[in-house]
Amino acid sequence: MGAAVTWLVMVFSDVTVMFSNMKGLTPDVPMWLPRVMLDLYVICLFYYYKFKIERDESLNFTDLLWRVFATGLVATVFSLSLRMVDFLLGSTRLASNIFFIDVEYLINLGLLMSFLVAAGTCWKRLILYQKSKWLIRGWVVFEVILLIVLLSDNIQIVLEEWVIITGRVLICILALVLSANMKWVAYLNFKQKWTSLLLLLLSFFYLGYFFYTVNKFSDDIGNQLKDLAGTVNPEDAAAFLDFGAHAFNIYLFSFVMLYSIFSFLVILFNLPTSSVFEQKLEEVVNFQRISQSVQTEQSEESVYKILLESSVSSVFADAAWLEMKGEHKEATLQTYHISERDARKIQEHLGARHVKGILDQSSDKTKNLSDQLATLKGNRFRSIMAFPVLVKGEKIGTLALLKELPEGFNKEMTQIVSAFANQAGISIENFRLLKEAIQNERYKEELKIAKTVQKSLLPDKLEKSDDFDISAFSESADEVGGDYYDTLRINDHQVSLIIADVSGKGTTAAFHMSQMKGIFHSLSQQAPEPKDFMVRANQALRYCLERGSFISATYFVVDSSKQIIYYSRAGHCPVLIYKAAEKKADYLVDKGTALGMIKGKDYCNFVETNTISYATGDVMVLFTDGITEAKSPKGEEFGLELLKKTIVDSVEESPKAIQEKLIKRLYEYTGTEEIDDDYTTMIVKFK
Amino acid sequence: MVHIKRLQEEGTDILAVVGEIDASSSIELDLAIAKSVGEGATRILVDCSALEYISSAGLGVFMSYIEEFRDKNINMVLFGMKDKVINTFQILGLADLLHIRANKLEAKKLVNELSV
Repeated sequence: MGAAVTWLVMVFSDVTVMFSNMKGLTPDVPMWLPRVMLDLYVICLFYYYKFKIERDESLNFTDLLWRVFATGLVATVFSLSLRMVDFLLGSTRLASNIFFIDVEYLINLGLLMSFLVAAGTCWKRLILYQKSKWLIRGWVVFEVILLIVLLSDNIQIVLEEWVIITGRVLICILALVLSANMKWVAYLNFKQKWTSLLLLLLSFFYLGYFFYTVNKFSDDIGNQLKDLAGTVNPEDAAAFLDFGAHAFNIYLFSFVMLYSIFSFLVILFNLPTSSVFEQKLEEVVNFQRISQSVQTEQSEESVYKILLESSVSSVFADAAWLEMKGEHKEATLQTYHISERDARKIQEHLGARHVKGILDQSSDKTKNLSDQLATLKGNRFRSIMAFPVLVKGEKIGTLALLKELPEGFNKEMTQIVSAFANQAGISIENFRLLKEAIQNERYKEELKIAKTVQKSLLPDKLEKSDDFDISAFSESADEVGGDYYDTLRINDHQVSLIIADVSGKGTTAAFHMSQMKGIFHSLSQQAPEPKDFMVRANQALRYCLERGSFISATYFVVDSSKQIIYYSRAGHCPVLIYKAAEKKADYLVDKGTALGMIKGKDYCNFVETNTISYATGDVMVLFTDGITEAKSPKGEEFGLELLKKTIVDSVEESPKAIQEKLIKRLYEYTGTEEIDDDYTTMIVKFK
Repeated sequence: MVHIKRLQEEGTDILAVVGEIDASSSIELDLAIAKSVGEGATRILVDCSALEYISSAGLGVFMSYIEEFRDKNINMVLFGMKDKVINTFQILGLADLLHIRANKLEAKKLVNELSV
C-alpha cells in the first residue's frame, strides 16, 4: 500500500516538476519530491519483501528463485502490455506526448525497482543461508551503504572524486565478497539445479529487458526535454527521474545481476557433481534411520532391512545379502536381488577356496575376488565386499555386497558401509539393552507381587488363648523370602502353631510358602500327632518341591488342659525355652530332618514328637535363621548365644515388648536399616 | 564367593570347597559335583575345611544328590567341617543323611569301605 501511494505521489510530482520545467515556471511542488518519493518507494518495497520473503520459513531455494522469476514475469508482462498500448496508439499525439512517455517510463521504473528489490531480498536469504558472524556484519554494512547511497542521491552534495571512487570500490568489493556465498547450491538436487538454471536465465532476460526499456525511455525523455526546452538550463533538465543518474539503482541492479551470474555459473558447474552430494545426503539420512530405529519402536528386523537397503544404495551394489544371528542364535538370511540359494553357493564356494577375511569376519578388507568368483559357475558377480556386524565385540552377522563389475568397490564405499554396519550394530545392541531393561523391570514387578502375596499369607491375627500371650513379627528383605508362621485352634484346649522357612527366595519361595500354609490349615485340623503332621506334610510336598529345595519347619500343639507342648522339629532352628522356675533359658535338643529332603517313606525315621511341659511365666521363642545369621559390620553373626541373652534380659515383659527389644537389638547389632535376609520370630509367653 | 578345586587321588575325586556358599554360588557347587559324576566318579570326597558358611541353597545342593547317589551307587563323604558349618547340617537334619567325617583320613577310609 505504502509503496503504491509513494509511487503515485512520485508520478504526479515528477510530471508536475517536468511540466513546470518546461514552462520555465517554478513548480508548485518542490524539486526534490520525486526523488524522495522514489526513495520512499524503494524503502516501502524493501520492507514489503522483507516481511513477505524473508520471514517465510516454508520457502526452499527453488521457491525463492521462483519468487524472483514470478515477480519478473508479472513486471515484464505488465510492461509488455504497455508497449502494446503504445503500439496501438501508433504515432498519435498522445503517444509522443512527453507526459505520457514520462508516466509510461515511471511505470516501468516502478516495476523494475520492484523486481530488483524482490530479487535483492531473495539473494539476501540465499547468501545468509549459512550464517556466520562476519557474514551478517558484512551484509549489514552492505545494506547501510546502499541506504546511504539511496539517501545521498537526493541531497545534491558534491563529493570529492576520490570519495565517490572509494565508495564504489568498497561497494564492489563487498558485493563480490557477499556474492561468493553460494553454499545453498550444494543442497539442490539434480532436478532442482536444472529448474534453478532455467529460472535464473529467465531472470536475466527480464533484467536485460527492463534495463533496455528504462534506459530508452529516460533517453527519450531527456532528448525531448532538451529539444523542447533548450532554454532551460541543463541542471533543470535532469530534474526528472533519470534511472541512470540514480547511483542506488545502478548499484542494486549490478548486485542483483552479479549474484545471478555467480549463481548461474556455480549451479552450472555443480551439475556434474550434484549426484555425489545427493548420495552423501542420502547416506546421512540412512544413517539417521538406522540410529533412530530404536526410538521409533521398530524391531531388529527393520534395522537389518534399513542396513541392507542403505548399504546397497550407497555403493550401487547389484546384489547383497545380510546374514544375522538372532538373540537365540538362529540364523536368518535377508537378500537383495539374489536368491538365497545363490548366496549360499557363493558362501560355500569362498569357504571351499579358503578365502580369508571376507566371510569369516576376521578382517574387513575388500579384496579383488574376481578370480575366485569367476570360477563359480553360473555366477554373474565379480566383486564382493563383506562386513561384520558387531554387538559388544561379538559378531552377530555378516553384510555382503556384490557387484557385477570386477573391483567395483572403492575405499570410500568401504568406509561408508563399514560405518553403516557399525551403526546397525549399535542400534541392535540398544534394542537388546532396552529389552533387557524391560525384562528387569518386569522381574522387579513380579518380585513386588510375590512380596505382596507373601505378606498376605502371614496371618493378620494370631489365635488367642487364656493360657498364653503370643506375638509374632516378620520383616523381609527386598528380595522375597519364604518365612512363614501361623496359628490354628484345634479344639477348646488345643492350639497348633507353626514356624517354617522355605529354602530359596523370590516367587518360588512365596509359592512354596503358600503350599505350606495349605498343608498346615488342612492337616492340623485333624489334630495329628506332630510327627504325623511332618510325615504327612513331607509326603504332600515331596513332588511339589523342585530339586534342591526344602522347607524347614517346627510344628507345635499346645495343650492347655495338660499344660504340655507337643512338637516336632523338621530341620528348623532349635526352640528356645525360658523356664521361669529355673530362671534359665535353653535350646531344645532333638532331631528332625527338613521337609522335602527325603522323598521316600523312611522319612518317619528322621522326625520325632517331643514333649515339654510349661508353667506360668515360661517363654517360648521361635525364630528363623535370618535372626541368628544377621551379621554385624565386622561380619560376625548374631548367633544363638546373643539371642538367648537378649531374651533372658527382657523375659519379664510382655511377648510384644520382648519382641520389640529383640528387633531393636538386632538392628543395633547389624548397624543398618537394611536387612539381607528375613527376620521372623514368634514369642509365646505362658500365663 | 566360592572356589572349588578338584583333584583326583587313587581313584577318588576330591573337591575342595573354599569360601562361602550362598544362593548364587551354590550353582558352582552343583556344577562341580555334576561334573565329577558326569565323568564317572564313584567315590567323591568333599573337603569342607575352608568352607566358611553354607546357606540353605548350598545345603539343598548336597541334599539333591542323596537319592541319585544311592541309585547310582556313588559314595560321597564330607570332611573337615568347621563347627558352625556342621551345625547348620545338623539343625536341618542333613547330617543324618550324609556321610560326614572329621578329617580326610577317616573320610577316605569310609569311602573305601562303602565302595566295597
